[in-house]
Amino acid sequence: MNHRWDFASVLDNTDALLAGAAGTLRIFAICIVAGLLLGLVVGLGRTSQRRWILWPASAFVEFFRNTPVLVQILWFYFALPMLVPFAISPLAAAALGISLNSAAFTAEIVRGGIQSIDPGQWDGARAIGMGWGQAMRRIILPQALKRMTPALTNRAIEIFKMSTLASTVAYVELLQQGKLIASINYNPIEAYTAVAVIFFIVLWPMVQATYALERRLRRDE
Amino acid sequence: MTILRATGLSKSFGTNAVLRGLDLDVQKGERIAILGASGSGKSTLLRCLNFMEMPTSGTIELDGTVLGRDRGTARVYQESELIAVRQRVGMVFQQFNLFPHMTALGNVMEGLRTVKRMPKAEALALAIAQLARVGLAEKADQYPAHLSGGQKQRVAIARALAMEPALLLFDEPTSALDPELVGEVLGVIDALAAEGRTMLLVTHELGFAYHVATRVIFLADGTIHESGTPDEVLKHPRQERTKAFLASHKRYSL
Repeated sequence: MNHRWDFASVLDNTDALLAGAAGTLRIFAICIVAGLLLGLVVGLGRTSQRRWILWPASAFVEFFRNTPVLVQILWFYFALPMLVPFAISPLAAAALGISLNSAAFTAEIVRGGIQSIDPGQWDGARAIGMGWGQAMRRIILPQALKRMTPALTNRAIEIFKMSTLASTVAYVELLQQGKLIASINYNPIEAYTAVAVIFFIVLWPMVQATYALERRLRRDE
Repeated sequence: MTILRATGLSKSFGTNAVLRGLDLDVQKGERIAILGASGSGKSTLLRCLNFMEMPTSGTIELDGTVLGRDRGTARVYQESELIAVRQRVGMVFQQFNLFPHMTALGNVMEGLRTVKRMPKAEALALAIAQLARVGLAEKADQYPAHLSGGQKQRVAIARALAMEPALLLFDEPTSALDPELVGEVLGVIDALAAEGRTMLLVTHELGFAYHVATRVIFLADGTIHESGTPDEVLKHPRQERTKAFLASHKRYSL
């Protein structure tokens, strides 16, 4: 095993990697917004006492938590277009799979966060005449979101890494470009090492920023 | 003038009947102390009066209007109706239930801004006045975590007062406090009594009830077992259960 490391062939393809990074950031941006927002809505639904809200929300969570996200992406890309009269792009299929899956996990974080708030907070809010929406928005969610922050940032990191699954439907992102470089230059060691390093370089500062955010949130207590 | 009237008020949790057909009239300016053993339904009674708990049966009349609509077996209430009631009937809790993510001032302003939609400057002035009234103007910018139990409860009272309720419900307001902090909260309630505010007070402070109440009611088995002036109920009780309750309370008093 005397591999001579040679990153020249990777550096020659910087353009391809940059295009991949742009693709990764794009799908990440879509999935984090869609996943967290939908997760918030479904999570609120999971705390409802009304069956017609609770049941669909629960069904959504159970379905998307208990099926692999890779299978969802492949299903949206290969199976869905045979059932509907329009084409599905690799980005759409991958973003759908990752967003819906993340929404299901986020919903459980939101439900747990809301249910962890002392029922006395609801009493306090209702006693001054607040309705459900006002109490949720002004009293419950601000406290719950603070508690959920570590779990939600964890979810964001997970979404960032899940974006590599989009390579299975040939969406242009970092791993897809790494595969391309490896197959052209026969340098899988350097190509995949480069992809891993790029992920680390982007994610590590993001994670540090979330720690700073958590410290900041704790401060005004 | 009758502010609030409960008629045949019952509340069950599953098979556990806590209130059993209770009748209660509250006149303007009355201060009613509610006594009773643990589990006698004191807190449940208060919580039914502002619909924090929904009565199982019976009616509640506020300012001469019977609330809810009769629909066969149970009464149904509009959410908007209940919200209006809770603005007329303020409540102070044993555990304070202050909002920990807001300052003392923020807590008092919250109902004014979010519920009454009062302009900010006006809400601010009113909230500061309410905090001053409970002696906490200088703590306006403190978060609840930095206040003592007595201070927290005084902020909670200011929060309830800011909504200008016609009737105030106190649910064991000093039971969660260290003994040396009880006095400052009772002092605030006493001052409100002196203003002629209408209030219902669930308490174990018999001496305070005697001093401040215009009427004392003793609850047992989910209904009013004995009712009268503080002197009648606390000094000359007629019912055996009231006597036993008072005796158990006085056993270790000085």
